Amino acid sequence: MKSNRSKNKSVSYERWGYLFILPFFVTFLIFSLIPLVDTIRYSFYEFYTSGLIEVGPNFVGLDNYKALLESDLLKYAGNTFIMWIAGFIPQIVIAMILAAWFTDHRIRIHGLQFFKVVIYLPNLIMASAFAMLFFTLFSDAGPVNQILMSMGVISHPIRFMISTVGARSLIALMNFLMWFGNTAIMLMAAIMGINPALFEAAELDGCNHAKIFRYVTLPLIRPILGYTLITSIIGGLQMFDVPQILTNGAGAPDRTTMTLIMFLNKHLASKNYGMAGALSVYLFVISAILCFIVFKMMQDEDAAAAKKAEKKAKKQRKERA
Amino acid sequence: MDKNLKRPITLREVIAHIVLVILAFMCLFFFYILIVNASRKHVDLMKGFAFLPGGMFFKNMMKVFNDSNIPVLYGIRNSLIVSGGCAAICTYFSAMTAYGIYAYNFRAKKPAFTFIMLILVMPTQVTALGFLRLLTNIHMDDNLLALILPAIASPAVFYFMYSYMLASLPMSLVEAARIDGSNEFMTFNRIVIPIMKPAIAVQAIFTFVGAWNNYFVPALVISTKKKQTLPILIATLRGADFMTFDMGKVYMMILIAIVPIVLVYLMLSRFIIEGVTLGGVKE
Repeated sequence: MKSNRSKNKSVSYERWGYLFILPFFVTFLIFSLIPLVDTIRYSFYEFYTSGLIEVGPNFVGLDNYKALLESDLLKYAGNTFIMWIAGFIPQIVIAMILAAWFTDHRIRIHGLQFFKVVIYLPNLIMASAFAMLFFTLFSDAGPVNQILMSMGVISHPIRFMISTVGARSLIALMNFLMWFGNTAIMLMAAIMGINPALFEAAELDGCNHAKIFRYVTLPLIRPILGYTLITSIIGGLQMFDVPQILTNGAGAPDRTTMTLIMFLNKHLASKNYGMAGALSVYLFVISAILCFIVFKMMQDEDAAAAKKAEKKAKKQRKERA
Repeated sequence: MDKNLKRPITLREVIAHIVLVILAFMCLFFFYILIVNASRKHVDLMKGFAFLPGGMFFKNMMKVFNDSNIPVLYGIRNSLIVSGGCAAICTYFSAMTAYGIYAYNFRAKKPAFTFIMLILVMPTQVTALGFLRLLTNIHMDDNLLALILPAIASPAVFYFMYSYMLASLPMSLVEAARIDGSNEFMTFNRIVIPIMKPAIAVQAIFTFVGAWNNYFVPALVISTKKKQTLPILIATLRGADFMTFDMGKVYMMILIAIVPIVLVYLMLSRFIIEGVTLGGVKE
C-alpha cells in the first residue's frame, strides 16, 4: 500500500519537474532560439534598406559571407584582438601578483579590505559612462592634459584620440581597469581553496615565495586560469561599449579601434540584415567553440569534484572499518 | 599574530603596498576628477584643472534635470524599471529552473542540464538581429518589457542557483513539507525561496548592475526618447556637438549614471566581493 502510493507520487512529481523548467525553456525558445534560426536564415539573403528603398529579401547563397571576408572584417577582428590582448596581459599578470600577495601569510597588508573594495569598484561602473568619462578626461583640453601641462611635463596637449596607439591604449587601459580587480579576487579565492599543508610542506623543504608560486600555486590554479582566459576571450569578442562611446561609433582614427560588435551594430542600425546575419553567424561559430571549451572545463571540474568526494567517502569507510 | 607584529617590515611588504597604492590611485583618481568637475562651472573647467570641488554641484544637477534633450529623470526611471524587473524575474525563475532540475527526476533532466551548461557563456549579441526582427513582428519593439522578459532564461544565474542548492538545500526538508501536505509549488515559494535568499540577493545585485549598465541591446530596441535608459542617454551626450556643450553638465550626467551603483556597492561591498567568488567556477 505504502510503496504503491509513493510510486504514484513519483509519477506526478515528474510532471512538476517539467513544469518548473518550462519558463526557462519557453523564454529561451522565443527570445534566443527562434532569433538565432532567423539570424542564420537572413545571412543567406540580400536584404537591406537604402534610403527609403527596401531591397530584398533575395536569396544569394553564401555571397554575404564572401563579401564580409573581402570587406574589413579581418581588420576589425585584428583590432578587437589587439585591444583585448593589450588589456588582458597586464590584467592577468597584476591579478596573479595581487592574488599571491593577498593570500601569502608572510605578507601583512594594511587595509586589505579597503584595497579589495577599491580594485573591484571599476568592474561595476557603467562601461559607457566610464568611456564617456575617459573621453572628456583625455580630450585635448581635458583635465589630464591640463594637469600634465601645469606640472610642466608637456608643453603641448597630447592628442590621444587622433593617434591609433593613443586611442587603442585608452581602450586597453579601461578594459584593464575594469577587469583586473575581478580577476584578482577570483584567483585569490582559487588560491585560498588550495590545501595549506602543501604550502607548509614546500616551505619546510626550503622553497622561497617565488618557487612556491611557480611550483605549487601556479599548477594548482591552472584550471581557473584557463577558465579566466576563455571567458575573457568571450568578453573581448563582445567588446563594444567602451570603443563605441569613446569614438562615437566611428572607430577613429581611421577605423583602427572598430571592433567586431561595433561592425555588427553598424549593420543593424543601418538595417542591412543580410550582412548583419552573416557577421552574426561568424561570431556565433566562434562563440560556440568557446562555449564548448567552457562546457568541457566545467565537466572536468564536476568530474574532479565527484572523484574527490568518492575518495573521501572511501577513506572514511576504510577508517571506520 | 604576536610574532607578526614584532618582526620588521620586509621589502616585499613595502613593494606590495606601493603597488597597491598606485593601483588604488588609478581606480579612484578618475572618479575624484569626475566629482570635482561635476561641481564646477563650464568657464572654470575650460580655464584649467582644480583639485578642489567648486560650488556648482546642485546648479549643474538642476541644469541636467531641466535639459529636455536628455530626459535624465525618465532615464533614471526607465533604468530602475528595467534593472529592477530583470533582477526580480531573473533570480526567481533561475531558482525555479534550478529547483526543477535539482529536486525532480524526469527523463529530460540530464539533457536539459547539459543544454543549459552548453549555452552558459553564449553572447546575446549573436542573436541580436533575429531578436530585433522578432520584436518588430510581435510589435514589442520600443517596449521596456522586451529588455526584461529575456532575463527569465539566464544560464549563468541558473548555474549559481543550482550549485547553491547542491550545497544548502537538503531534500529531506522538501519531503517534510510534502508530508505536511504542501503542494510542490507552495513548497518552492514558502520553503525553497527563503532558503535561497542569500544566493538570490547576490544574483539580484549582479543582475541589477548588469542591466543598469547594458547598452548594446537597449540602444537597438528603444527609439522613443522618454523610454531610453541611462546608457543610451550617455551615448546621446557623446553624439552631441561638443563645442556648444556645458562641460559641467556632461560630468554631472556621467556622475548621475554611475552614482547609484557606487553607493549600493559601498554599502554592500563585503557581501558583493564574497559573491564574486561564489559566482565563479566551483572549487
